[in-house]
Amino acid sequence: MDYFLQQLINGLSLGAIYGLIAIGYTMVYGIIGMINFAHGEIYMIGAFVALITFLALGSLGITWVPLALLVMLAASMLFTAVYGWTVERIAYRPLRSSPRLAPLISAIGMSIFLQNYVQILQGARSKPLQPILTGNLTMMDGAVSVSYVRLATIVITVALMYGFTQLITRTELGRAQRACEQDKTMAGLLGVNVDRIISLTFVMGAALAAVAGMMVLLIYGVIDFYIGFLAGVKAFTAAVLGGIGSLPGAMLGGVVIGLIEAFWSGYMGSEWKDVATFTILVLVLIFRPTGLLGRPEIEKV
Amino acid sequence: MTAISVSSPRAIAWPAIIKEAALTAFVALLLTVPLVGLRTVDRPTGLGLETRWNEVVAAVGLVFLGRIGICLIREGQGVLVLVLAAAAAAAGFFIKMPTEALRIILIVGGAIIAIRAAMAVRTGRSKLSQAERDKRMDRIAAKVQDASRWLGPIGVVLALAFPLTPLADRQLLDIGILLLTYVMLGWGLNIVVGLAGLLDLGYVAFYAVGAYSYALLAHYFGLSFWLCLPLAGLLAAFSGVLLGFPVLRLRGDYFAIVTLGFGEIIRIILVNWYQFTGGPNGISGIPRPSFFGIADFTRTPAEGTMAFHEMFGLEFSALHRIIFLYYLILVLALVVNFFTLRVRKLPLGRAWEALREDDIACASLGINRTNMKLAAFAIAAMFGGFAGSFFATRQGFISPESFTFIESAIILAIVVLGGMGSQIGVVVATLLVIGLPEAFRELADYRMLAFGMGMVLIMLWRPRGLLAHRDPTILLYGRKGKGAGGPAAGTAAAGGEGIAGGRAK
Repeated sequence: MDYFLQQLINGLSLGAIYGLIAIGYTMVYGIIGMINFAHGEIYMIGAFVALITFLALGSLGITWVPLALLVMLAASMLFTAVYGWTVERIAYRPLRSSPRLAPLISAIGMSIFLQNYVQILQGARSKPLQPILTGNLTMMDGAVSVSYVRLATIVITVALMYGFTQLITRTELGRAQRACEQDKTMAGLLGVNVDRIISLTFVMGAALAAVAGMMVLLIYGVIDFYIGFLAGVKAFTAAVLGGIGSLPGAMLGGVVIGLIEAFWSGYMGSEWKDVATFTILVLVLIFRPTGLLGRPEIEKV
Repeated sequence: MTAISVSSPRAIAWPAIIKEAALTAFVALLLTVPLVGLRTVDRPTGLGLETRWNEVVAAVGLVFLGRIGICLIREGQGVLVLVLAAAAAAAGFFIKMPTEALRIILIVGGAIIAIRAAMAVRTGRSKLSQAERDKRMDRIAAKVQDASRWLGPIGVVLALAFPLTPLADRQLLDIGILLLTYVMLGWGLNIVVGLAGLLDLGYVAFYAVGAYSYALLAHYFGLSFWLCLPLAGLLAAFSGVLLGFPVLRLRGDYFAIVTLGFGEIIRIILVNWYQFTGGPNGISGIPRPSFFGIADFTRTPAEGTMAFHEMFGLEFSALHRIIFLYYLILVLALVVNFFTLRVRKLPLGRAWEALREDDIACASLGINRTNMKLAAFAIAAMFGGFAGSFFATRQGFISPESFTFIESAIILAIVVLGGMGSQIGVVVATLLVIGLPEAFRELADYRMLAFGMGMVLIMLWRPRGLLAHRDPTILLYGRKGKGAGGPAAGTAAAGGEGIAGGRAK
């Protein structure tokens, strides 16, 4: 039971991270119908910016942990969002009206570019970081101990999700975005600046991915230029699992994948956890092709 | 996209240009400050930071100037920009710069702006619209497509003659084999992506199945290459059916992600099942192919077998095996090409092309979609398997490292960059994607960087692929460009191949 709870917490925090990345995929897919393959690299850049910010703060002599964490969060969200915006502007916007495969290839190219860009600039070796946020919360007479980092991940994700849902459902920006998702031409005719909304979608997705990157840096304490690929694939799996285009679906998918991974590694060993993830994906798609929360698609002639 | 005459001198709106350039430079500043300006370095005490503000300043300055250049082209100052950009590119090329990165930005950025300026000067337009560019390239593509009728055979003859020329040394032959391997893989994937219109992101899985089939069969049962080649193809086709059966009912992007997942699963299995596959260490000592099982390519053959050079009375040369491998992959690739060219005219191929154009219409016409897609998938997988077992016997060593997602991406890039469905496009794209990086090996680190950027640029320039060609091979009424002729014209164009009964059912 204790072990079970432990794995549950691990799975939830991992799932929160996948969910945060998956939101970027699902929003972009919802609005322009493409798989943003470079999104995994955006998350990797977020982790790197967080690491660099922490080191810069350290060299400036700022070591008070809460302040450092806040600055890290803000910096990585800001700078990564600029990367997200630039990627969209350079590689996807000119291809808005092209055949479906063109933006995908462009995205794969961008992903390869960003990976090598970071590798050349920051070096290929993995970057270790001493734990910043230490300590555990022990429950049930010490049977279950939850590190503050994982707890913080879950709390921050929930808070972000709450704010984000408000943004999408309550504000004008969110309404415009949902309108673009439904029908871009119509939204444009009604005075919505479609290009700006799409850019903002990328900016928001990148900012959320940056949070995920920072959390991974804090939890695991080691990053390298290659982490974006697998995390990206799994997050996309999460988005598909939850029903692509659906925001709660992305979060749910992320949590499901996180839990599968955590329990599989906890009980069966970590070697085959990725196989388990992909197998579940295939099974879900076969029996429920629109994902858990997706709308059924009507085939039109 | 507004047309502005180059000749008419007008006042240049400097404030607007400066503002636009400053904004771009500000974005560049935000992009470069964290990753370019601050580098993480390993210090004995842990991670440290190193600052490189000079590179940030250089990058931001160049972006600023570049943006001004682009604005000036728009304002009709094409000639001036052309000269300046060409000068900048030349400066980057000939003068030694403090950092390598600066040099590359100068050369590439200068060249791109110079090309744009040259286009503007030539056409008198600031920017061609996408449709115009497309039309122009379509004409070239159509010409190449027409020319491929005689260009193809010439290419084959040249490829056949190449090893016999004195030019052919070890290194060039190796590059030739590499190129041909990718051409074969590209042609194989073209069946799925270009003909059947299915987006397969895990083609490398079948390549891996083929390679490991041969390696394991040779390792555990001592089977020879010539026996394993068909077996590897069969096993790969079988795995294609196994994967395809459940997932082919999925829609486009779901299908893509499942194939990606399948590719990863295969790789993880290869890594983790180390008792059987050797895990991350791979399998070494894979036997080399013999000369059709008759003779070996060794100086001193084993008892009872014959050596290739003895059989033909030649001087022993280590090159013989390389040349043989070259011909082997050439023939394998040509088999794939021949198959594709022929199958397009069969009911099966026409059903694929129809599926690519309209899934639902096909179902309404009674084509069994799943079976047709499954056939495409299995056949492409089989060719992937052949290529895989060739790869294993050429390398003599395989490991899961060779079968990562990036390989799938490269093969897919070859197909899409070349223009889906175009056989000659695959060859051109292979020369670009594999050949160019091979030629610029000294760039080492920057190779993959340029590769990624190149993929993006080609797609921006020509979203449908360099030599896009997706006219159906056989049309009921007339052929492309000739307009809709009568039924008689249709018969003539189709070469009397039974045009009307074109449904695979």
